Amino acid sequence: MARIIVVTSGKGGVGKTTTSAAIAMGLAKKGHKTAVIDFDVGLRNLDLIMGCERRVVYDFVNVINGEASLNQALIRDKHCDLLYILPASQTRDKDSLTQEGVGKILEELSKDFKYIVCDSPAGIEKGAHLAMYFADDAFVVTNPEVSSVRDSDRMLGLLSSKSRRAEQNEEPIKEYLLLSRYAPDRVKLGEMLSVDDVQEILSLHLLGVIPESKSVLNASNSGTPVILDEKSDAGQAYADIVARYLGEDKPHRFIDEKKGLFGKLFGSK
Amino acid sequence: MPTDSQKKPYNVPALEFKSSTFAVPVLVLASNDLTAIDEQLQNKIQLAPDFFKNSPVVFDVQELNKQNLDIDIAELTGIIYKAGLLPIGIRGGDQQQNNKALELLIPVYSPHHSVSTEANKPETQKQSPPPAPKAASSTLLITQPVRSGQRIYASGDLIVLAQVSAGAEILAEGNVHVYNTLRGRVLAGVLGNTEARIFCSDLQAELISIAGNYKVSEDLNESIRNKPVQVYLQEHTLIIKDIA
Repeated sequence: MARIIVVTSGKGGVGKTTTSAAIAMGLAKKGHKTAVIDFDVGLRNLDLIMGCERRVVYDFVNVINGEASLNQALIRDKHCDLLYILPASQTRDKDSLTQEGVGKILEELSKDFKYIVCDSPAGIEKGAHLAMYFADDAFVVTNPEVSSVRDSDRMLGLLSSKSRRAEQNEEPIKEYLLLSRYAPDRVKLGEMLSVDDVQEILSLHLLGVIPESKSVLNASNSGTPVILDEKSDAGQAYADIVARYLGEDKPHRFIDEKKGLFGKLFGSK
Repeated sequence: MPTDSQKKPYNVPALEFKSSTFAVPVLVLASNDLTAIDEQLQNKIQLAPDFFKNSPVVFDVQELNKQNLDIDIAELTGIIYKAGLLPIGIRGGDQQQNNKALELLIPVYSPHHSVSTEANKPETQKQSPPPAPKAASSTLLITQPVRSGQRIYASGDLIVLAQVSAGAEILAEGNVHVYNTLRGRVLAGVLGNTEARIFCSDLQAELISIAGNYKVSEDLNESIRNKPVQVYLQEHTLIIKDIA
């Protein structure tokens, strides 16, 4: 049985698709057969971030409607043989998704894959609802600012009440916090919420902090998930997150400001 | 029933079920060696033949099953009859043994009343919780965080052990207790109970209300913020006091 992970946030633009691409790649790189599904029907982006936009023939909605088989629609990643992408349809809207159809596809994928990453659209409407409905684990991507934190909180409420696990009284979805676009220098100036602030509000297990980084934009533009950029801080942060999710013990990084030479010499913070 | 029979004296029912308890000897078996059982049973009966004559007996095979020792129920009952006892039940048997006993017209007893067995422990535990919520049915207990956008209504008292996030709303017809940070909206005594109170261990609420008398976050004095407090109503005024 596959483990279904939803990457969600409520708010838009916090880094859901970047995160989905990175952790799906990370899991596949660790040797687990992984599928990543774009639930953002009508606003398809994942294919761009994964760099497979030129190879899309069939999409998620085609499979739901029975116009294509799952194997026809799945695109094998060019960097990693164990990673497959199921793109969203750009010409439809979220109403094309049905709970039954999504459930069927996830069930079929579960037979063959170890992890299924669902890239949720922003908002709390149908697309986001279906992305999280069947999940086993939830990665809640949050930016260190109040509106993002509140939207994440709202999403957490929905995860614990409107998911399949909640409705069938099963063990609740495991929720993890991913704090993205974090800038320790701005936290220090009081312009940004700190890790502790966010954790106090959400009281959620922190899986990792992803620093604000130019490498993310570069990676998106070039269509290679940022986790493949091993030299970048964001890439390393995602690698840590995947390792932690798989049970490795990695100390948290990127929370404190980078120390300059002066700081290193004198050990000041 | 008695009133019925008084009204219709000529129509007395022919039978009636009543509950009674009897003291019945229980034959607890510790071995499945039928020869040994036969011999030892005879010896016991010899000690007081009159006492045991035609006495009903329930045999208990729980110990045997615990040690995975199987026993032939038919032969066992034969030995019991031979000793002059009348078997009237089996206790602690497995499915197969119980079926066999029923075939021999011997009733099956569940191991409920036996003293300390692993089998009955979880069962008694399972049975005991239901009365508890019943006794406090008007109190709603929430152990999970109440997230933004969630709304919880209690027809009596409400107890929340986790945090209540900003944008969440908790309402109760009675008192509200929040043993954690309270950031959302909290309304106690929503049906007009002016005696209702709000208790919380860290007050950062967006709105507090008792029986329709409310204060929004802006009206809250800095001195009572981020502290354990209680809120109650005194002549239509909300009083917020810290509880040490």
